[in-house]
Amino acid sequence: MAKKESTLKNMLIALMVITIVSGGVLGFIYGLTKPAIDKVEENKNIKAINEVLKTDVAIATTEAKVIEDLTYNLAYDADGNFIGAAVKTYSMNGFGGKVELMVGMLQNGIINKVSVLSQAETPGLGANMVNDKFKGQFDGKDPKAFSLKVKKDGGDVDAITAATISSRAVAEAIKKAADGFEANKDQFLKGGKQ
Amino acid sequence: MSNWKTFTKGLIKENPILVLLLGCCPTLATTTSAINGMSMGLATTFVLIMSNLVISLLKNFIPDKVRIPCFIVVIASFVTVVQLIMQAYVPDIYETLGLFIPLIVVNCIVLGRAEAFASKNPVWPSILDGAGMGLGFTFALTVLGSIREILGSGSIFNFRFLPEDAQTILIFVLAPGAFIALGYLIAIVNRLKKTK
Repeated sequence: MAKKESTLKNMLIALMVITIVSGGVLGFIYGLTKPAIDKVEENKNIKAINEVLKTDVAIATTEAKVIEDLTYNLAYDADGNFIGAAVKTYSMNGFGGKVELMVGMLQNGIINKVSVLSQAETPGLGANMVNDKFKGQFDGKDPKAFSLKVKKDGGDVDAITAATISSRAVAEAIKKAADGFEANKDQFLKGGKQ
Repeated sequence: MSNWKTFTKGLIKENPILVLLLGCCPTLATTTSAINGMSMGLATTFVLIMSNLVISLLKNFIPDKVRIPCFIVVIASFVTVVQLIMQAYVPDIYETLGLFIPLIVVNCIVLGRAEAFASKNPVWPSILDGAGMGLGFTFALTVLGSIREILGSGSIFNFRFLPEDAQTILIFVLAPGAFIALGYLIAIVNRLKKTK
């Protein structure tokens, strides 16, 4: 077969056929790998819940509850007592877009631990939010006494050097989780399985 | 050129990293450990073989003036396939390599081989060329990753031979270490080639 000439018709046909076939192949592979990818995400979620709610009390059951735009993963011990909630929260104001966090709120309203689920911040700067040096400062803090704003904005959060925007996003997301938890706490406490 | 030569030239004589110095961005960025380097290399190898195969099959169908966009679409599709598969079955490696998987699309080795070899040669040699280049790339990345992991973290393929708190040359897992290690590696290869 001779090489096709570069006429408008040939170019259009070649590009169109190639893109349509590629699109089809990708759709097929996407469908094939989707269940496995979802499972990976779910495992990550479970891991994060267990991490941020890690206390002396073992978690027996969890229950996901969606209120407004946050997901509260309510955790109960073996006797059905409410331990706390792992709140899946986010901020759209990161330097690289969306930042997703899992915040462990204990039943007395104290932040237990924070885990970063996904972020697209600058490597070496904002991406350092995943390190304990930054996110560890929230451990065991009471949001009523600890102002969830970076120091530059008059709060108590130590920002990452040269990454104030990323730090602000994390603080904002945690504040959202803490406020949401506080507002719905009574409902969680009452709703506990006996 | 015989098929055997087509395959082996990518390994040493025209090794994409150590001799041609192509695709240095992923090389420097992903070789923080031996396993990362190797995974990146194998992902690129897969893309190279598949894109060479398809482009060689399509070479008479693609008009010259739109060949680059056509190549890029083919390459991008295979990269997305690799990305989805890695995300599904090796999530840990996918997370560490992160952005560099989609960036295989613009890796100049892949487009370079498509343009320089696959678009002018029959299918079988193109596959061999892709495999040879890919394995040469993997080889270079694994060696570089090993050096950086041994010196920087005191382990190899995640197997620790130094205690957890031992003093290691931390700079080698950081970005400058990549340049230093690659520089020495290329110097050694050049020296070996000269004595031959």
